[in-house]
Amino acid sequence: MPWTQIACQYDGSYSGFLSCVFDCYVNREEPVEFHTPEDMCCSLYPLRTVETDETHARRVYLSFGKFGAEGRRLAVRTFLTCLPDKELWLWRYLCLAYEQGPGVGRNLTNPTVDRVRKAVWHLEHEAHQYKGFTRFSELDGVLVGEIEPKNRVLPLLRDHFCGRYPQERFALHDRTHGEALFHRPGPNGWAILPVEDFSPNPAGAEEIAYRKLWRAFYDTIAIEGRYNPKCRMTNMPKRYWAMMTEFQKDWDTALPELRTR
Amino acid sequence: MELLDKLNILADAAKYDAACTSSGLDRSGQAGAVGSTMLAGCCHSFSADGRCVTLLKVLQTNVCIYDCQYCVNRRSNDVPRAAFTPEELCELTIGFYRRNYIEGLFLSSAVIQNPDYTTELMIRTLRILREKHRFGGYVHAKAIPGADPLLTRRLGLLADRMSINIELPSSPSLALLAPDKKKEAILTPMGQIRDGIVQSKRELAVYRHAPRFAPAGQSTQMIVGATPESDRHILTLTQALYDRYQLKRVFYSAYMPVSPLVPVAEDYKPPLLREHRLYQADWLLRYYHFRAEEILDEDQPDLDPRLDPKCCWALRHLEFFPVEVNRADYETLLRVPGLGVRSARRILRARRVGPLNFEGLKRLGVVLKRAQYFLTCSGRMMTGLRISEDGLLRHLVSLEAPALAAPMPEQLSLFDSAV
Repeated sequence: MPWTQIACQYDGSYSGFLSCVFDCYVNREEPVEFHTPEDMCCSLYPLRTVETDETHARRVYLSFGKFGAEGRRLAVRTFLTCLPDKELWLWRYLCLAYEQGPGVGRNLTNPTVDRVRKAVWHLEHEAHQYKGFTRFSELDGVLVGEIEPKNRVLPLLRDHFCGRYPQERFALHDRTHGEALFHRPGPNGWAILPVEDFSPNPAGAEEIAYRKLWRAFYDTIAIEGRYNPKCRMTNMPKRYWAMMTEFQKDWDTALPELRTR
Repeated sequence: MELLDKLNILADAAKYDAACTSSGLDRSGQAGAVGSTMLAGCCHSFSADGRCVTLLKVLQTNVCIYDCQYCVNRRSNDVPRAAFTPEELCELTIGFYRRNYIEGLFLSSAVIQNPDYTTELMIRTLRILREKHRFGGYVHAKAIPGADPLLTRRLGLLADRMSINIELPSSPSLALLAPDKKKEAILTPMGQIRDGIVQSKRELAVYRHAPRFAPAGQSTQMIVGATPESDRHILTLTQALYDRYQLKRVFYSAYMPVSPLVPVAEDYKPPLLREHRLYQADWLLRYYHFRAEEILDEDQPDLDPRLDPKCCWALRHLEFFPVEVNRADYETLLRVPGLGVRSARRILRARRVGPLNFEGLKRLGVVLKRAQYFLTCSGRMMTGLRISEDGLLRHLVSLEAPALAAPMPEQLSLFDSAV
């Protein structure tokens, strides 16, 4: 007998989604839509509201160990991507993975695996780009940076930046998703927290001096005879430029900013 | 002199070095220190010429005792001269690094007083950086030809990657353009660095805390287009360098006319396309199991500007094709145009689940518009594909044409007297 089709409502968190997976398997129901309480739409499918249950979520999370390293990576990271209907794709992927086990990581020609793998690739690629393109400004002894990613890259950037600056206090703000990574020296001195208003103080003299030096270096390093704007844009798309010091016009703002928002 | 002016002068003097990579070494950050490195390297920006900016690429000083004709820093050139003190260069590096502008420092230098003195100056800078600031980021240091081997060794213990530029692809060219440099003076330290790396690896296998000598390997660079060497000569030399000196990378730099003494044509343009083709061939040597003799031979000493070297090879060896996707081994797959290292690996993984077809190949990221002529899936070519041997060349060239710079459009004349 086919499973009943339902619409799932959950709180939008990863644990919430894993609880949905748990409840759906227990009740033998197949979600065809996912909603969060903020969504103002109604559905023709019967609505099931799932309460987030950490123990259920944990059981589902541990079961991903059956998918092999590659399969597990996709199962964990897909939720961070900006894939439209990512919950639905992830649900389909999980069903397939429970069926196929570790082989799912090799089943690259399957349409579901393909979609999920490309979304995760996009996430990881963007995270790698931001490892380079993020710019920090020193404001009152704290390094402050801002990014505007399409995917939720902060969890992937966390390891990199905390490892790189173990002695620094820094904050990295993700504008798109309204959250920020905070770090202070010491073991486990980090947190990713939702942030509503992020407005740092204006830059001091030393910070402005360093910005000037960097911009001078950036302008000098290009060889005129090889000018190739298309190549630059391929490697560094313009959406990254807004937050980068080298393209900044005003010197005394708190953080690099090109557009007025 | 202000720091800003020094930076302008010394970055300007260093910019003709093509090597700007931060790859080859994975070192995680340590408590109490600053910095880490990534195996794949990391680009922090791209300059207006499209080249990646990953390291703070500067000279310690541009005061030089030599007079090499291809170099902007030659003694006879009238340019402003400057020098960083070790302390201010370290401050600058750390300041940039903390703001995530850079991945590390690329330290080179013109030869001031003599090679030993120059190397000592660089060692002082790197020691302050590593010991006082506890900097764990990437450091690329240029070895100075002619310096004492002991000094070169100390430099290598502080740096992650070392390089010595071979500059020109043959000794006659070297004698012509860099009369003060000898081939032996370049190759001797290169051999010393190679031996140092091998020895350091052996020691590390026994003692975990043995000193690391240039753990990210060594690289070199040569100038293309200033002298008449053929591509075949350059590629053979490159291969010899990989084989004999175990280099990580060889960089090519299209010659930019920087000296009035090297005569160039009025409308000289740097041979950027040639440089690009050489890099493509270089990739074939390093990742695709090709040999230089296969890519070019005596009848064909230069790379075809219209097509990439792998396609050219495929067109000359049609008897090798078509390749059966579901059976061919990794090396064979790598020889198919349109298949790269990643897609070949994905094919190996995906075909364990079931036989592949052309639709599946597209999902794996294979560039089918090139690969379709050279592949079969379960014994079948792509449906609807009909192509003759000479039509193949035309098709492949037309695929690549839009990416290449188009010739300038020309106004046709109705009344051309020359006709």
